[in-house]
Amino acid sequence: MSDNHNEALLVAKKITRRFGGLVANQDVCVDLIRGKVHVLLGPNGAGKSTCINMLSGDLPPSDGQILFMGKDITGLTAAQRSLVGIGRSYQRTNIFPKFTVLENVRLAAQSRNQQPWRIFSKAQEQKWALDKARACIEEAGLGKKVDWVSGVLSHGEQRQLEIAMVLATDAQVMLLDEPLAGMGSDESAKMVEVLKRLKPTRAILLVEHDMDAVFAVADTITVMVNGQVLESGPPAQIKASVAVQQAYLGSEDSFHV
Amino acid sequence: MNAQLLLKLVGLAILLCVPLTGESFYTELIAKTLVLAIFAMSLDLLVGFTGLVSFGHAAYFGVAAYAVAQLSPKYEAASLWFVMPAAVGISALVALFVGLFVLRTKGIYFIMVTLAFAQLAFFVFHDTPLGGGSDGIYLNVKPTASIAGWMPFDLDNQTHLYYFILAMLVLVYLFLGRILQSPFGRVLVGIKSNEHRMQSMGYLTFRYKLAAFALAGGLGGIAGFLYAVVFGFVTPELLSWHQSGNVLLMVILGGMGNLVGAIAGAFVFTGMQEVFGTWSKHWQLIMGGVIVAAVLFLPGGLAAIPGRIKRSLQGGGSNE
Amino acid sequence: MDFASFLIQTLNSLQYGLLLFLVASGLTLVFGIMGIINLAHGSFYMIGAYLAFVLTSTTGSLFMAILLGVPLALIFGAFLEWALFSHLYKRDHLEQVLLTYGLILVFEELRSLLVGDEVHGIDIPAMFNGSIQLSEVLSYPVYRLVISAVCVVLAVALYFVIQRTRLGMMIRAGNHDRTMVEALGININMIYRVVFALGVALAALAGMLASPISSVFPNMGSQVLIISFVIVVIGGIGSVWGALAAALIVGFADTFGKVLLPELSGMVVYIVMAGVLLWRPEGIFKKG
Repeated sequence: MSDNHNEALLVAKKITRRFGGLVANQDVCVDLIRGKVHVLLGPNGAGKSTCINMLSGDLPPSDGQILFMGKDITGLTAAQRSLVGIGRSYQRTNIFPKFTVLENVRLAAQSRNQQPWRIFSKAQEQKWALDKARACIEEAGLGKKVDWVSGVLSHGEQRQLEIAMVLATDAQVMLLDEPLAGMGSDESAKMVEVLKRLKPTRAILLVEHDMDAVFAVADTITVMVNGQVLESGPPAQIKASVAVQQAYLGSEDSFHV
Repeated sequence: MNAQLLLKLVGLAILLCVPLTGESFYTELIAKTLVLAIFAMSLDLLVGFTGLVSFGHAAYFGVAAYAVAQLSPKYEAASLWFVMPAAVGISALVALFVGLFVLRTKGIYFIMVTLAFAQLAFFVFHDTPLGGGSDGIYLNVKPTASIAGWMPFDLDNQTHLYYFILAMLVLVYLFLGRILQSPFGRVLVGIKSNEHRMQSMGYLTFRYKLAAFALAGGLGGIAGFLYAVVFGFVTPELLSWHQSGNVLLMVILGGMGNLVGAIAGAFVFTGMQEVFGTWSKHWQLIMGGVIVAAVLFLPGGLAAIPGRIKRSLQGGGSNE
Repeated sequence: MDFASFLIQTLNSLQYGLLLFLVASGLTLVFGIMGIINLAHGSFYMIGAYLAFVLTSTTGSLFMAILLGVPLALIFGAFLEWALFSHLYKRDHLEQVLLTYGLILVFEELRSLLVGDEVHGIDIPAMFNGSIQLSEVLSYPVYRLVISAVCVVLAVALYFVIQRTRLGMMIRAGNHDRTMVEALGININMIYRVVFALGVALAALAGMLASPISSVFPNMGSQVLIISFVIVVIGGIGSVWGALAAALIVGFADTFGKVLLPELSGMVVYIVMAGVLLWRPEGIFKKG
């Protein structure tokens, strides 16, 4: 299958999420294609996080269907989705603060070959997991801090750690919730490079506010407003869209160009 | 050799010397404490390493103790090599079954529900023919260690029994220490730290927690088995919620997530019981008062004291 | 089972369930609003029963005992909240378990020091000491009906407090969003103190009401505590009406369990709870 470079890995068909009377997402459709970065844009409260939570399995949709490589995965939990190849990072840093960077990522790597019955082998002697963890840490640009306790890292470094953890799970689909938030411009530029490197072999969904970064990596942009998709298409189309201009890009507070 | 290992070996050496004193009272007291230490370590696997605050751990202790009493013939000795694995296996199975229910809940619910299931187990032994009512059952003859006529040791001999218990303590300690370093153990510690993240990395955490719950039940069963052998009778009180509360107290006293601490907690607990007990028959009043004061004035628990002293000695300088 | 004995068991179930509701409602409010697990809640029931015993023997009347005892329990509850529980709000559940476990030991030993370890009986007030004839051989004691009636009145009063008063509005709001209540400029500390004191008083009152029929004995609190936990689990944390429904379920399950399945007597309630856990692990009435 992987020879097909325009393969749609993750497809959301009209997913809807209601919280009591409130509709947080209505009939949202998203296609994530291998080799492409799909950016989700929208003002705060537009429903981007709800959408990513439904794709990752953290939140069950009230309605609609989610397909992974053609198979219906709507009923799978977050853990099950991770095992089929959907990985995510979180908007609020979500790591193991007392563990070292290496142990954070090693645990992520271990998830691909859990061997829970081997209770007498030492985790620290599983060379394959350690090697993979180190490689992913290097890839995410944290190579110099392998042995640091992750809780004392800077905010930007913790975001990099999150990326390393997603990488270590061999995710084919990466759902990244504001990976650049709180990063300096140097760190941001590095992360954009990382994303570009990862892009050819994976399908990436990016929720991001940093417009430079968005237009540097996006192949498709979906703009959400009030829980609904306003417009979806290539960056040029979104830039030119009158509806988007009016509803979103026009309002000065949310467009950080 | 590092200082920690040296300290552990010194501790072990002291424990090895206890029966040599010939003081039968103290040998029995320390044997009882060692049993409680095994019990506390088994609970620490849940509370300290997996983050599951079980308030019903006495159930598995009691189930194993009752299993020995029920599986032993009335007037002859059962084989140790049969009753011990059987008792431990039964308590692990009961824990596995209970875990299927209680692990569906979290936080405060988990505390309440584990307590309620332990109470259910209490009533099973209190009210049904399984348990022989509130008076309990006598274990008239201790299990025999003989294998085809050869007797490696004799549990009727106080010294032998003491060393057998000490050996079990060391085995459980080494076993748990080893498990915690394994991929399985690292997952448990990860669940304690951030279960949600473990799930999003593809760990089916329910299964891991269930395995830990059953394992802790089985290890608690070892303690329950030894208790029945030492005291020769079992009562529903073994499953009472005070028993569950006391073992939780030992784990907390020793500093959760620290196996040596759990052992120390059992010694501190028994020590308090003995010392306060000689002062007054209302010793639990002092114990309760100490607990209340400790929570109010020592946030982080007694286990935080060494760290505080260390920090104040170092002048709060290290910030690596 | 003929109709008369069915009726008797139904009345018993209602009476037991309603009494448990008095204890469990305070427990679930303290859980839901303050996020505190209070193992010592059962002790308040025990303290209530012993208060009833001591005050009845000094004043000669259970009415007087209740009239004096309930305000005492309120003051005691407010004091405990001020002295101990107010320090627990930001602590983790384990420390709450620890402190309240320590409190149980303190309360039981103080009880033993002050009143002793004997079992005491309390006379049913003469006015209610009759019974109603249900059939030629079966009759039902008036006092049990009185307990049920008092509990129903209190449940209705609680309903009005929670649904119609400013305090109730705060309780409902606090139940859902603590920071929002604080943002509205409401003194959350005062709400906590009032709710806690109310919970203590309700549990103590339950102990006082029950004392003539259950007698007064050591450790009577722990049984009630664990059953109240079961009620909170079934009803869902923080839900007063969930607690009412769950208390009645438990009352019926326990009473009819003892009649229909005597060999399982003590266990029926826990089996019901296990079933609820499989069906709805967050309780029957938990929203969302």
